Amino acid sequence: MTNVADTARTDQKENMDTSSAAPVIEVKDLEVVYETPNGALKAVDGVSFSLRPGERLALVGESGSGKTTLATALMRLTKAPGRITAGSVVMNGRNLLEASDKDMRSMRLSEIALMPQGAMNSLNPVMRIGEQIYDGIVAHEGKQARAKLVARATELLERVGLEGSVQSLYPHELSGGMKQRVAMAIATSLSPTVIVADEPTSALDVVVQQQVMVTLGEVQEGLNAAIILVGHDMGLVAQFADLIGVMYAGRLVELATVQNLFKNPQHPYTRLLIDSLPTLEEKSDLIGIPGLPPTLLNLPPGCAFAPRCPYAFERCSDEIPAAQSLPSGTNTACHLYPEHSELPTLAKSQSTAEAIIESELKMDTTPPEETRG
Amino acid sequence: MDKLLEIKNVSKHFGGGFLSRKPINVAIDDISLSIDAENPTITAIAGESGSGKTTLARLMLGFTDPTLGSVNYQGRDVQDMSSDQRTQFRREVQPIFQDPFEVFNPFYRVDHVMEMPIKMYGLADSKEDAKRMIVESLEMVGLRPGETLGRFPHQLSGGQRQRIMVARALMLRPKLIMADEPVSMVDASLRATILGSLKKFNEELGISIVYITHDLTTAYQICENIIILYKGRVAEAGPVDKVIKDPKHPYTQLLVSSIPLPNPDTPWGGGQRVVTQAADSTTKGCLFASRCAAVMPKCREQVPDRFLPDSDRTAACFLHEDNPSMSNPDIASLLSAGKNNKVETASSSPAS
Repeated sequence: MTNVADTARTDQKENMDTSSAAPVIEVKDLEVVYETPNGALKAVDGVSFSLRPGERLALVGESGSGKTTLATALMRLTKAPGRITAGSVVMNGRNLLEASDKDMRSMRLSEIALMPQGAMNSLNPVMRIGEQIYDGIVAHEGKQARAKLVARATELLERVGLEGSVQSLYPHELSGGMKQRVAMAIATSLSPTVIVADEPTSALDVVVQQQVMVTLGEVQEGLNAAIILVGHDMGLVAQFADLIGVMYAGRLVELATVQNLFKNPQHPYTRLLIDSLPTLEEKSDLIGIPGLPPTLLNLPPGCAFAPRCPYAFERCSDEIPAAQSLPSGTNTACHLYPEHSELPTLAKSQSTAEAIIESELKMDTTPPEETRG
Repeated sequence: MDKLLEIKNVSKHFGGGFLSRKPINVAIDDISLSIDAENPTITAIAGESGSGKTTLARLMLGFTDPTLGSVNYQGRDVQDMSSDQRTQFRREVQPIFQDPFEVFNPFYRVDHVMEMPIKMYGLADSKEDAKRMIVESLEMVGLRPGETLGRFPHQLSGGQRQRIMVARALMLRPKLIMADEPVSMVDASLRATILGSLKKFNEELGISIVYITHDLTTAYQICENIIILYKGRVAEAGPVDKVIKDPKHPYTQLLVSSIPLPNPDTPWGGGQRVVTQAADSTTKGCLFASRCAAVMPKCREQVPDRFLPDSDRTAACFLHEDNPSMSNPDIASLLSAGKNNKVETASSSPAS
C-alpha cells in the first residue's frame, strides 16, 4: 500500500511532503457483519487501507457494496443489527475499535468527523444554524462566552463560503447547497485530522455540486486533513480524489491512484465500470455490466464478481482472491495476477442489449433470496 | 408535418390562489413543442431541479392541465377527450418514472404490473398469448423472465425494477415514451443497459422518446436534440452535438463545464466560487441574469428573444441578438429544420 500512497498527488502538492509523513489513519482487515433473520451477512469484508495527512481517498461501488457501512464503521457508529467483528482502525497509534465509549465520543468530530449524506435531513429543523455549530464545540471544549462562539462560527461559515449571518437562520431558509456547506462547517469545526464525507453532494445540482466540492477541497487542504469520500459518481471522484478504492460485495477489489485507476484499471470490475460510463468525447454504444450485483446473503463461493466477469476461469469460482500489490502500485484482489502483467484486452461485445440478454441467459446465478420477512 | 403530440404556448402556474399572499410560481412559461409523428426522435429536456422539466413532462402526459395554452394529441386537446380517445392516448403515450421503488404496489407480485395493462387494453386473446407478450418484452430489456416473474418488488434490485417498468411501457407498443429521469436512481453499471434499450426502441421500433434528465452526458449519448430549460423558459435548444459541444447560452456553458468527467486529466472548470447566492425572485428580464458571468444592464430589463445563432439552434440570450430570432414558437420546428436542412416558416402565432 505504501507505493500507492507515494505516487499520490506528488505533482500537485510539491511543497507538502506527504509521502514521508506517518499515516493518520490505518484500517486493517475491517469486517462488519449484519445479523439478519436469514443469517449473518458480511457487509464489509477484510478491508485495509491507510491514509496520510492531506490525502483524499474515494470509495466507490454500487449500492449495497458496503461503502456507507464502512464509513460509519470508521466512526464506530455502526448500529445494531450491524456489528464490527474484526479488524482495527488505528489513529495516532490508538485503535478506535478498542477505545472506551467516552474516549470515542471525545474523538468524534475533534479527530474524525463525519459529513453526512443528505445534509438536508441531518440538520435539526427547529434549531438555528448557529446553535447547531456551537453544540459540537461546547460538547468538546466546555462552556464558553457566547461572543467567542459567535466569532468562531462566523469564521467557520466564512471558510465554507457562507456569510456569518447564516447563524441566525433555520435550516429551511437555506438552499440545498448552503445546507451542505453548513454540514461542512460543523464537520470541520474542531479541525479534525480525518474527514469522512458520505455522498456529500448526491442531492445537489451539477453546478452547485462543483462549487461545494471545490470548497470542501480547499477546507481540507487548509486543515491538511485526510478525507474519505464515499460516492458512486465516477466523474466526481475522478475530479476530486488522489486514491480510489473500488468496492464490490463488501470487499475492496481495487485500490489505486486516480491516474492508474482510470488509465490502467486492473480489476475486471473496475474496467467494466469505467467502460460503462458515458462520456462527452465520443458517442458509443452504451454497454452496461451484464448480470446483477450479488446479494450478500448468498455470495458465490469464490470471487463475488466471477458470475459477471468475462475473464473468469475455474479458480475464480472456488477460491476468494486475496488482495495483492502489483508493480504499478495498484492493489487488487483478482486471480489474473500475478500471472498476467495487466488486464488482457477483451473482444468488444456485439450490440448492447443482445449481448446483455445473451450473457444473462447464459449465466447461472442463484436467484436473489428474500431479504425481508 | 403530422404532429403526434403538440404543446402550444403552454404555461403552468402554481399557487397564487384567491386568498394566497404568496406570489405565483411560474413553473413553465410559454413553451411550444411538438413531437413529430413520422420521424421518431429522442429529445432530451434538461435542466436543474426547479427548471420545470418534470412539470413539462406531466403536462405532456396529461397528468396536469396547463394554466394557459393547450396540449394536443393527434390534433385533439388532451383535456377534452372522450373516454375512448383518452384510453388510446394513455396507451400510446407511456411514462417511465424516476423512482423504481415507489411505482410498485408492494403487496402484488411484479407479474401484476405487467398483466394489468394487457387486461385493461385487451391486448391478448388468451392467457398464453399474454404470457408470451410479457416474456418477450422482459427479454427485450435484458431480464430473465424466470428470475423476475412471480417475485415481489422487494426481492428485486432497483435496476431490475426499472427495467420491468421499461418492459411494461414497451409491451404496449406506444408511439411515445416519456422517460422522467429513468436512470438517476439506478447504479452506474446498469444505467447503460436501460439507456441502451431506450435507444434501441427508438431505432428499431420507431418509438419517439422524450428523455428528461439533469445528466447531460447520458443525454449526449442517446439523444438527437436537446432543450435546456431554466426556470420554466427555454434557454437553449438544438441538436445535441451543437448544444453540448459548443454551448451558446451562458447557462448551458455553466452546466457543461460543471460536469465532472470520469477522466482525471480533464480539469473541472465552470462553477466559479460564489458566496451565497441570494434567493432571487425577480421576474423581470432574463431569469439567469443574477447568476450570469456575462450579464449586461439590458438583461435585467428585458426578456431576451429566442435568437438563432445557427439555423437549427436557438439561445435565449442577448449575446446573440445580432442573429435573427425564431419566428415559429414551436421548438420542434427548429429541430426538424436542422434535419431537413431548411427553415420552417411560421405556421402559428403566439397566443399571448
